[in-house]
Amino acid sequence: MKYAYFPGCVTPLRENAYELSARNVIAKLGVELVELNESSCCGFFLDAVDHLSSSVLAARNLCTAKEMRCDLLTLCPTCSGHLTRIRMELLADPKLRNNVNAILSKIDRKFDGSVEVKHLTKMLIEDVGISRIRRSVVRPLGLKIAPHYGCHIMKPSDQLHFDNPESPHLLDSLVEATGVECVDYLEKKLCCGAPLMGVNETLSLRILREKVRSISLTGAEAIVTICPFCHTHFDLNQMRLGEDQGGKGFPALPVFHYTQILGLAQGYDPDDLGLYENRVPVDGLLNTM
Amino acid sequence: MVTESTSHVIRLEETDEEFSRAVIKAFGKNLYYCFQCGTCTASCPVARFDENYSPRRIIRSAVLGLSRLVLESDLIWLCAICNSCTERCPRGVRPSEVIRTIRNMATKKGQVHEFYVNQANAIANYGRIWKNEEIVNELRDDMGLPQVAPVSLVEIAKVMDATKVKELLAARDGATEK
Repeated sequence: MKYAYFPGCVTPLRENAYELSARNVIAKLGVELVELNESSCCGFFLDAVDHLSSSVLAARNLCTAKEMRCDLLTLCPTCSGHLTRIRMELLADPKLRNNVNAILSKIDRKFDGSVEVKHLTKMLIEDVGISRIRRSVVRPLGLKIAPHYGCHIMKPSDQLHFDNPESPHLLDSLVEATGVECVDYLEKKLCCGAPLMGVNETLSLRILREKVRSISLTGAEAIVTICPFCHTHFDLNQMRLGEDQGGKGFPALPVFHYTQILGLAQGYDPDDLGLYENRVPVDGLLNTM
Repeated sequence: MVTESTSHVIRLEETDEEFSRAVIKAFGKNLYYCFQCGTCTASCPVARFDENYSPRRIIRSAVLGLSRLVLESDLIWLCAICNSCTERCPRGVRPSEVIRTIRNMATKKGQVHEFYVNQANAIANYGRIWKNEEIVNELRDDMGLPQVAPVSLVEIAKVMDATKVKELLAARDGATEK
């Protein structure tokens, strides 16, 4: 199994532990990565200001993987969601495709739809398979964890075709393959609030607080994410949740990238998984394992 | 800047058919299928915590051409783009994509939220939403990761020149109170 690795923005610039742990765990599963050296931001954040610019960036990114002759792999659901949706739109809308290709011709590139996009979890479920993941586990973890799915991994489902947004369960099965118990919680489907952080911080933190409060009622020992952006929001901003309530919050739970959980179960050392990069300390929990 | 709907009376002289037609032209006639069931607002994480924000009201305002309530409102920038509304809309209206279209139109009028201006400029200049600082590569080196894959800035500059996105952002009005 070979994929062109699309780094995006948040993972390589802010969540290196995700990349390190992902590279290690998928190597153990026999997955090979080819580095994409010319790609940029997927285009998601340009979409709000100009859909054409956003489509051009997405199409250009897809073109950079053409010579690799393999699918593109992302660690960020927003990247995979955006690239997948723009790819579908370009294939279905000849007018947009012509506009985009007219611009891409200035850099001698052309979108032809030949490259497909996969998020890490989709690759793990569809190409590697749960049984192979289970077989790679040497140290079942025995923790209780709350999974956070993230919105762009599956919504809108008519374009992304992954899991069921009304009853998501695929991350649960990936987590349970490591010997961890997943808790169900009332706000499992709620957005974490991260995309609002730059627009309205108070509102963003209110959404996060509702999410974390719901998780804290379950007795979960940690939170697991598959999105670098959601991860930053949980990991960096949980400590601030009490601020607008006179400092009375609830204790911050450790937040793991899924690949850190799988890596621990595969027997990797914390250093191989960047576990000491996590902002909410994980030492206490690691010592109980 | 209008920040909330201040009147329950819709005045015909305030409607802007051109705006309504432009949204429909950009987004298709699906907008007319909305029967105001409110599934979008009921599913919206932002509406849940801010009563002024309602995707349902944004869609209705767009159909009626009430541009003042959407194009010139800060509220459209509160959408978190979670796509819950688009997932659940029983009429296929795809509210999050209609809001995206309205945001693009507002940007052309110079009414764009500063956060998105900063993100877009960073992408046009550095190819990513942040500049790749040397410290990041040092950290990656310590962790045994390869250097951040370089972006082809020449190519990014060429395509961004062609879409004129920087000119679009520079046309933003003097209103910096956002």
